[in-house]
Amino acid sequence: MKSESIKAALLSVIIFLTFIGAWYIATLPRDNGPVSTADAEYAALMGKGAEKSGGFPAPGKVGQAFVEHLADPFYDKGPNDKGIGIQLAHSLGRVGLGFLLATLVAIPVGFAIGMSPLLFKAFNPFIQVLKPISPLAWMPLALYSLKDSSVSGIFVIFICSVWPMLINTAFGVASVRRDWINVARTLEVRPLRKAFLVILPAAAPTILTGMRISMGIAWLVIVAAEMLVGGTGIGYFVWNEWNNLALPNVIFAVVMIGVVGMLLDLAFGSLQKLVTYRE
Amino acid sequence: MTPHFLTVEALKKVYPASGEKSNPPVFEDIHFHIEKGEFICIVGHSGCGKTTILNVLAGLEEASAGNVIMDGREVKGPSLDRGVVFQGHALMPWMTVLANVAFAVSSKWPDWPKDKVREHCTRFLTMVGLGHALDKKPAELSGGMKQRVGIARAFAIQPKMLLLDEPFGALDALTRGTIQDELLKIVQATHQTVFMITHDVDEAILLADKILLMSNGPGARIAEIVEVTMARSRTRAGIHHDPQYYKIRNHLVDFLVNRSETYSGAEAEMFHDSKNPPLVQPGLEGERAPVFTLTTEKGISQALHAKHAINQ
Repeated sequence: MKSESIKAALLSVIIFLTFIGAWYIATLPRDNGPVSTADAEYAALMGKGAEKSGGFPAPGKVGQAFVEHLADPFYDKGPNDKGIGIQLAHSLGRVGLGFLLATLVAIPVGFAIGMSPLLFKAFNPFIQVLKPISPLAWMPLALYSLKDSSVSGIFVIFICSVWPMLINTAFGVASVRRDWINVARTLEVRPLRKAFLVILPAAAPTILTGMRISMGIAWLVIVAAEMLVGGTGIGYFVWNEWNNLALPNVIFAVVMIGVVGMLLDLAFGSLQKLVTYRE
Repeated sequence: MTPHFLTVEALKKVYPASGEKSNPPVFEDIHFHIEKGEFICIVGHSGCGKTTILNVLAGLEEASAGNVIMDGREVKGPSLDRGVVFQGHALMPWMTVLANVAFAVSSKWPDWPKDKVREHCTRFLTMVGLGHALDKKPAELSGGMKQRVGIARAFAIQPKMLLLDEPFGALDALTRGTIQDELLKIVQATHQTVFMITHDVDEAILLADKILLMSNGPGARIAEIVEVTMARSRTRAGIHHDPQYYKIRNHLVDFLVNRSETYSGAEAEMFHDSKNPPLVQPGLEGERAPVFTLTTEKGISQALHAKHAINQ
């Protein structure tokens, strides 16, 4: 078991090095003969001079960007120049807030829908129609009615996180083992006590799965939302660096998005482990 | 009419059919009564509605007709007066053994302080031999131990009546024997009123005062009531030395194999009185002559019926 994980780690390192190596070879400066004068003139016009090599940045360049950004993640030099830590904090703040609001709505409503087949049938058509709508499609409506780009971002996170949580909560609550409900019934357990001591723990693994899915979607959506809304956040950072044509920074940001997303998922994974029971 | 502890009158259950035509009733015309401190087993083939009857007694299911009166009050919905041990142990897997029992105990006595609840639960868990496993999760226990927790949970709320739905069905023979012994001891000590479903004829003879035999469903009835006439101080080890034991056992097996079918249908209409199913005491039978308590005007038809049954 242990030797297997060591082997796996070794293999991971090899894959990584192969990838970097291939990347390095693919981005080696090629000698394409003399650069035509028109190109050189154009380059000079653009103010880049001969330094502009064109093409994809080499791994060394990107590594340099990593070192620079991670060395000072929290600097703030005006609206268009903030450290990566600050940008990520903005994004995480929006995701956190939107997600929290979604939790506050989805779990009680999901509970009610799961408990009552009538409510389930009544709500189901709306859920089915609203669920497949891309969260970004709400953006114009949000911007128009909320009149604030930052709040609109939070709203978009809210609307995309609410559905998986709602559906999973309803499903988890509805499929609590009949036996446990019957035990609670024969013990004349009061509704609130039953909800918190029997149904909630019984449905918790399913609810947490819904929350984990929601968090994953929210983190996907925040990048796109911030590209649209602008101002702050990791999505805006990516867009800004693209406009600067600073591809090493874009690559750095992309990797950061992945790492943070993974950490979020890990956090929810361990929460899920905490509430999972073995039968 | 003397008030019995529990009276079941004209109970009937029809499950709604999916199509246009209606389902036949699973059982109908079920009459019986239980006295305080009695141990009643109900035996019958699958599909005769035993579990449904138990659920109706528990208040978990509603009968289509008829009523159940316990201790002078009609049974409507579940109540702490009736403890249920479920077929699957029905323990909450996220709670420890102690917490499972404590959940029941603090439901019955919400005002009890924590210490008292704990002490009470520990006493009942020790009674079923689980004093050492208080802080284990159900998943860490064997099937037999889980079922014991279920029994302790039901006993701990000290209900007026205990309902057991085939509690040992999923256990292996050895474990079953041990738990039967434990149950026997506890019931003998506490004089608990018990209603139990079982498929196991030996289990029924060991534990019960009376055994209700049900005919096959649909349209199942209580075909007869077998009184286990052996002394109550039975033990699993000694019971088969009792001369009555095989008579009773043969009677029960004979019923299940040969006669349970014929009790429904035209014959039942003619001879059988569902309100007073024949009470037989095969254990006291000499040369296969059943002893009856002929208390009703229907007694003669009962006798006829029984003769018929024996001659088959």
